[in-house]
Amino acid sequence: MQDFSQAFVQAFALIWQADPVLIDIIALSLQVTFTAVSIACLIGFPIGAALAIGRFPGRMTLVVFLNSLMGLPPVVVGLVIYLFLSAAGPLGFLQLLYTPAAMVIAQVVLVTPIVAALARQVIEDLYGEYDEMLRAMNASRIQTICTLIVDARYSLLTSALAGLGRALAEVGAVIIVGGNIANVTRVMTTTIALETSKGELALALGLGIILIVLSIVINAGLFLLKNSAQKRAYA
Amino acid sequence: MLKMNSDLALLAPRVSFSAFMPIRLENIHLAFARREIFSNLNLEIGAQGITAIMGPNGAGKSLILRLLAGLIEAAQGRVLYNGKPEVPHGQIGFVFQRPVLLRRSVQDNVMHALAVAGVARAERPFRTQGLLELGGMEHLAKSPARKLSGGEQQRLTLLRALACNPGLLLLDEPSASLDPQATALIENIVLRASQCGVKVIIVTHDQGQAARVADEVAFVHKGQVLDIESTESFLNNPQSRLAKAYLAGALLID
Repeated sequence: MQDFSQAFVQAFALIWQADPVLIDIIALSLQVTFTAVSIACLIGFPIGAALAIGRFPGRMTLVVFLNSLMGLPPVVVGLVIYLFLSAAGPLGFLQLLYTPAAMVIAQVVLVTPIVAALARQVIEDLYGEYDEMLRAMNASRIQTICTLIVDARYSLLTSALAGLGRALAEVGAVIIVGGNIANVTRVMTTTIALETSKGELALALGLGIILIVLSIVINAGLFLLKNSAQKRAYA
Repeated sequence: MLKMNSDLALLAPRVSFSAFMPIRLENIHLAFARREIFSNLNLEIGAQGITAIMGPNGAGKSLILRLLAGLIEAAQGRVLYNGKPEVPHGQIGFVFQRPVLLRRSVQDNVMHALAVAGVARAERPFRTQGLLELGGMEHLAKSPARKLSGGEQQRLTLLRALACNPGLLLLDEPSASLDPQATALIENIVLRASQCGVKVIIVTHDQGQAARVADEVAFVHKGQVLDIESTESFLNNPQSRLAKAYLAGALLID
């Protein structure tokens, strides 16, 4: 019990002193996560919008498939990307394995279905309201998609937030493709897993606290943003 | 005179709609959920001025506007513009009964319509400013559109519909739930657009509104056009028995 409380004290000391190792790990985590979520939004929002407004055979099957991809097992995604990026794999020549880029790719694969599926639902609801207005304006398919994405922006932030939560907390895939190499691919979640297995609880706890605080801060920020937008009837 | 010139600059149709005249609905058949709405509807609309479509609820008035705008397609029959079965998309402005506005500011709603119509980026702010001044809404330019009053929202949808200089303006009960002042503002813009050469077709239940703005009235009942004549003649001495009953408030819907 004393070890446990001592670990807490050490964890807060690391945070308070802005330990360089801790800072490096947090910086890389945020860099990988935000890059992955941004790319996932760029891919996922248009896919969600196209599925929301498209009427074609097999659409419902695609929607069900996309929804089921939200539960992709991270270790399986990690394994598949590992096979693609390994020296013997089809993308081995890119030499991305055990780099932050590989971790971004893994997270993009995990987050895009979440962002796209949630975006589809949000945009489909809005499309029900805007459909006739946009058709009366003779808006093209692309103009319709752009209008819907812009006008659903605050609801889409919630989709992005769900993706961010998944990416920030993800460990299975990034540890396989990143390798958890110190100063290169070591992020918060993989460090927590490693340090805990070594019995070094201080760093693990420090990172755990920061991870939770970050999550709260990001959620609170977006909540305030959406709340202010709702007051102006923009959300 | 000055006002007329500025109106013309803002509202004159890009393509004179006389090029698409007459508008004709020919042998239209339409059914929803096995309920027949139109069985052999025929209607020819004149090239000039403002045409009001009147009739009891469920007569099919709003559906006629949607057919004209190409928002729905008839199961059988044709909508002809100057003899051609092609709806001149981009030349038609539509105002719905319930205003649907983007989750943006007042000026951004107009700018969006201009962008969709392909108006040059540099020209958009000037046209937006002019249209908002026309509608007396320039002081609301930066306000959130969906926070406006019902009358202001409907006026904005009207200005937005006029943004791309349509030749034909379709209005579906634009002042159904508005007070007399808000209605007068809407009618003022509609009349000015008509004076600039925009053909207007308005669905209304309001006999006063028809008298104030319309040149002719088409009376629709159970999916059939029973009467089409000048507004004065229609309101004072309608040709059909059912139109007389409708104007007297005695037409019961079965």
